[in-house]
Amino acid sequence: MDIAWYLVLSAFIFCIGAVGVMVRRSPLVILICLELMLNGANLALASFARMTGTHDGQVFALVVMIVAAAEVVVGLGLIVAMFRNRLPMDVDEMSELRG
Amino acid sequence: MTAVVFWVAAVLALGGAIGVVVQRNPFYSVLSLVVHLVALAVLFLLLQAEFLAAAQVIVYVGAVMVLYVFVVAYVGGLADPLTDPNTAVRATAPLFALALLVEITVAILGSGLKAIDTEGPDVAAGFGSPSAIGELFLTKFLLPFELVSFLLLIAAVGAIVLARRDPEATEPVSRQEPGRPF
Repeated sequence: MDIAWYLVLSAFIFCIGAVGVMVRRSPLVILICLELMLNGANLALASFARMTGTHDGQVFALVVMIVAAAEVVVGLGLIVAMFRNRLPMDVDEMSELRG
Repeated sequence: MTAVVFWVAAVLALGGAIGVVVQRNPFYSVLSLVVHLVALAVLFLLLQAEFLAAAQVIVYVGAVMVLYVFVVAYVGGLADPLTDPNTAVRATAPLFALALLVEITVAILGSGLKAIDTEGPDVAAGFGSPSAIGELFLTKFLLPFELVSFLLLIAAVGAIVLARRDPEATEPVSRQEPGRPF
């Protein structure tokens, strides 16, 4: 398969994730959709690594994976804290920090 | 053969991604994401990124997804506030995403990269193996490696601080039985 197919697929995954981030209201689902976007980027990085025949893209994809894990840990901690404090699970109503 | 595997994995990855967005129950969203991630691991294998595929399955499907399932179970099947397309932003969000997709696709296909219409150069047998990646992490990418490990430490501490029970909270947590911390 040509590398271009992988790149187009990664663009599709990224955009589906973007739709989810914009459309959904539950912070949990927004986090999951962020994972989708990161995975789309990972696929593009792996494709470029294959295209150039070097490992650098794969190393970058691994770093993205680790950063995503850190993001999930902090994000889920926030969601648990929101649940504990009886805050509404709705990003539209969580507007107290708005300036 | 490669084409068949690619298309099956691509359809599964896209279907999983769409499932994540359209499922109303967060639990089903997580399960769709598992399908998506496994399909993506197959694509990584097709790209000869063996270690990346293994890490994808272990880190994402193994660890991160378990975390998600735990939190979904803990928070409960929170009646996900369904999207009301009344708000202007929500109604136009798919349009924005479509514009983004067209933009990225044009950028990819018009990028003029010479090797984009090939399957990539022939690589040695050990391409993408754990030893190759590990050697790079300890030589060329040593600083990012250390920074990332430090980031993980910060995230672990931050999660504990965020999710810990406030000792000064006077209001009893009625959802849990008293005397049982978890």
